[in-house]
Amino acid sequence: MILAAAPTAATATAARAATTVAAEHHGFLSPTGVEIAFLLVGLLTFGAAVVTVTTKQLVHAALWLVVALGGLAVEYLLLTAEFIAWVQVLIYVGSVVVLLLFGLMLTRAPIGRSPDADSGNRWAALTVAVASAGALVWVVVDAFRTTWVELDGAASGSTEVTGASLFQNWVLPFEALSVLLLAALVGAIVLSRKAKADSAAGGMKAAAPRVPGSRDGEQDKEGVR
Amino acid sequence: MNDALDVALRLLVVFVVFLTFPLIVGQTEHKVMAHMQGRLGPMYAGGFHGWAQLVADGVKFAQKEDVVPTGADRRIFQLAPAVALLPYLLVLVVIPIGPGEGAVGQVVDAGIFFVLAVMGVGVLGSLMAGWASANKFSLLGGLRTAAQLLAYELPMLLTAASVAMAAGTVSLPGIVDAFRWWWLPWQIVGAIVFFVAGLAELQRPPFDMPVADSEIIFGAYTEYTGLRFALFLLAEYAGIVVLCGLTTILFLGGWHGPWGADGLGWVWTLLKAAILAFVVIWLRVTYPRLREDQLQKLSWTLLVPLSLAQIALTGIVKVVIA
Repeated sequence: MILAAAPTAATATAARAATTVAAEHHGFLSPTGVEIAFLLVGLLTFGAAVVTVTTKQLVHAALWLVVALGGLAVEYLLLTAEFIAWVQVLIYVGSVVVLLLFGLMLTRAPIGRSPDADSGNRWAALTVAVASAGALVWVVVDAFRTTWVELDGAASGSTEVTGASLFQNWVLPFEALSVLLLAALVGAIVLSRKAKADSAAGGMKAAAPRVPGSRDGEQDKEGVR
Repeated sequence: MNDALDVALRLLVVFVVFLTFPLIVGQTEHKVMAHMQGRLGPMYAGGFHGWAQLVADGVKFAQKEDVVPTGADRRIFQLAPAVALLPYLLVLVVIPIGPGEGAVGQVVDAGIFFVLAVMGVGVLGSLMAGWASANKFSLLGGLRTAAQLLAYELPMLLTAASVAMAAGTVSLPGIVDAFRWWWLPWQIVGAIVFFVAGLAELQRPPFDMPVADSEIIFGAYTEYTGLRFALFLLAEYAGIVVLCGLTTILFLGGWHGPWGADGLGWVWTLLKAAILAFVVIWLRVTYPRLREDQLQKLSWTLLVPLSLAQIALTGIVKVVIA
């Protein structure tokens, strides 16, 4: 859920520069076809997101996540943010979910229900999710109170507009994010190299951290029985 | 009304292309492979040099029983072929074969991103098939598919970005319009990297580790029979058509060529794509299969640095000529 909500805020920020204040012409009681479609796709996305976190089947959860992320891409399209929509599909559906499925298949991906998939922390997780969703909705509503995306005119989210606003108005946050990602990348490489050096250094010491993992494996077998 | 008719007609043409071009590539592969190996290939079906062999294959596939293994996850198992095949149909809609509005299904503003994003979704079909089959070989095949995709998506994106930088646009017709002959030497490294990465993404030999028959039978598709199996095969050949078309559009100048502006541009596009498809088949006959570690090494230590170098070169030249 948080994963899905984060890009929304980012897009909303990016779209602000390109939208016009035209609240006078619109009313909530006379929706257009696009608005109805937006609402329906939104409901579908929400439903898929809920199933993602409630289903007992691990791989099904990942596949429902695809539906939720794809629904989000359709929402971007309906808001004429075409570039963001394709990037959403490319990054989230094409890479993040594939990585997720890869990880699931490498570790454990049983067909059917996984009884141990429920965590005891679910109430804490629910609280955090609701709180962050509330905070995001509040921020977005507060920031874009009377701003409307003009759907009939020129696309306000085309690649040209998005690029111009990103590299003219928002270039500093963009660069800061790039540096952050670069730091994460370098950190990941350092961590993986360190683990390799450790395992090469001594057999006994390197075997020690693996014990919790193997114990998990035993629990899996018991669960299956 | 006219608009609706126009859209329907375009979609119909794209659909017909989607159904025929992969079969033409498949038949060519039969014959070219056979002649390269000193055989004749299919000679009987349809009479003239076995031209109807793939039609006969299709009829055979349709007649077979559709089996779903007992232990499999039924719905996902049955859904997977559609997920693998449909993205290529969507991609074909936006590939232009000639100048102007008439020669493309639908102009998309961010064409490159659309194409690469939707092609990435197709791999989900293989992953779903590999997991839902409840078969060790299928799961291994699915894993190899995912690892291969993660490795080769990056160089493909980077080289496509290089062309977009050169053209100053991400729209496919816009890129071909901006093409000049000297782009060919300028972008040649990117072109090769893009083509190789595309081959790997399609799991074509020599990158067919995920379906290596001598090790894991047929990878993610081991449990499939009949029409669903045929859909996976069709997805592979549709993928060849899409990859060759894209390489032509991005790197080989699409409809540019002698008399290209006089209404014969589409012939050039198809000719260039056909030559590339021939190269795809040629590579299959020529090279042995890469081992899994060689495959990963090729991408991360060769293709990614090469594509980064290409981006740097593109940027430098772009600044110098600006």
